[in-house]
Amino acid sequence: MDSAIANPQAEHDAAEHEHVYLPQHRHHFETEEQQREAGSFGMWLFLLTEIMFFGGMFFAYLLYRNWYYDAFVAASNTLNIGMGAANTAILITSGFFMALAVWAAEVRKKNVLVWMLVLTTVFGAAFLGVKYFEYKEKFELHHIPGAGFDVSQFINPPMDAKTGKPVGNPLPPDVAQHTQIFFFLYFAMTGMHALHMIIGIGLLFWLIARSQKGDFSAGYVAPIENFGLYWHFVDIVWLFLFPLLYLINRHPLAH
Amino acid sequence: MTEHEQHFHDPTNVTNPEHAEHHIVSPLQYVFVYISLLIGTALTVVAANIDMGVLNPIVALGIASTKMVIVILFFMHVKYQSNLIKMTVGAGFFTFLVLITMTLSDYMSRAWGLW
Repeated sequence: MDSAIANPQAEHDAAEHEHVYLPQHRHHFETEEQQREAGSFGMWLFLLTEIMFFGGMFFAYLLYRNWYYDAFVAASNTLNIGMGAANTAILITSGFFMALAVWAAEVRKKNVLVWMLVLTTVFGAAFLGVKYFEYKEKFELHHIPGAGFDVSQFINPPMDAKTGKPVGNPLPPDVAQHTQIFFFLYFAMTGMHALHMIIGIGLLFWLIARSQKGDFSAGYVAPIENFGLYWHFVDIVWLFLFPLLYLINRHPLAH
Repeated sequence: MTEHEQHFHDPTNVTNPEHAEHHIVSPLQYVFVYISLLIGTALTVVAANIDMGVLNPIVALGIASTKMVIVILFFMHVKYQSNLIKMTVGAGFFTFLVLITMTLSDYMSRAWGLW
């Protein structure tokens, strides 16, 4: 096509075309802002479906807690508040580094971005590590719903060494069986949350590898920003799981 | 650039100002958000150990909701987004609350008159 070289109009078109290969400004978007907003909009729509998904489980918890209040109180109070609180702090720390990663990508600091993503991953993995020890304790106490579930702790609460009194009110055997529903919801909700974290950590490895190549420190921030939205969403789910599962049954209502 | 082109390419975001200006939240602001979230976590643990009767779950959910709003506004940048994004987020939570309220009222009212 020697005419293209000779033709100033074609040369102009080629120069105009150069910019469409910017990943932050594809040719079907008018401006970078428009592309960015379209991406954020899509990500938020996905997160709304996630709200509905987790919302169903939160609703089930709300309803069953009202139906089987005594069983839920007894089961909830066997959870380890110290580990739950530590995990909340760990997850908030992870989210903090994620927020800094988005900042680093926006100001195009490649090394800072990589390190912030690494720290996000480390704290995310620490959260799962604590969760492992919590689940392990549930296995040891036979608090896994199913044929192997053991209600004896709720029928005959163990004595507290310091006070010499039982750690909780003894439950009738039929009521004690309902603690299985609490643990079913506990594992469903924290398990689904943990699955989201595992997926997130998988994505973080991919983002770290691409960040290392400089993919996200030259103006193309969308993958980091949208992953940040996902990571913060998973954070928010835990911000509700912690009080609802661990904390709100410390002072049960007498009835 | 012709007038026609100017209308469709709107790089200055003036003709159709639907996109929010790209705002970068500073690290210092993130530090404040981080500290406030940690304080919220400590508060909710302390509050759980105080006997407030029916208020215990309400206070716990109130603190959790406050933390959520802080995360959404700053960590998730919604404070600096366009009205479209703000409406989307708001609509999502509103729909969720409608679903909770209507399902709960169904469960609560089903047995009415049956005893």
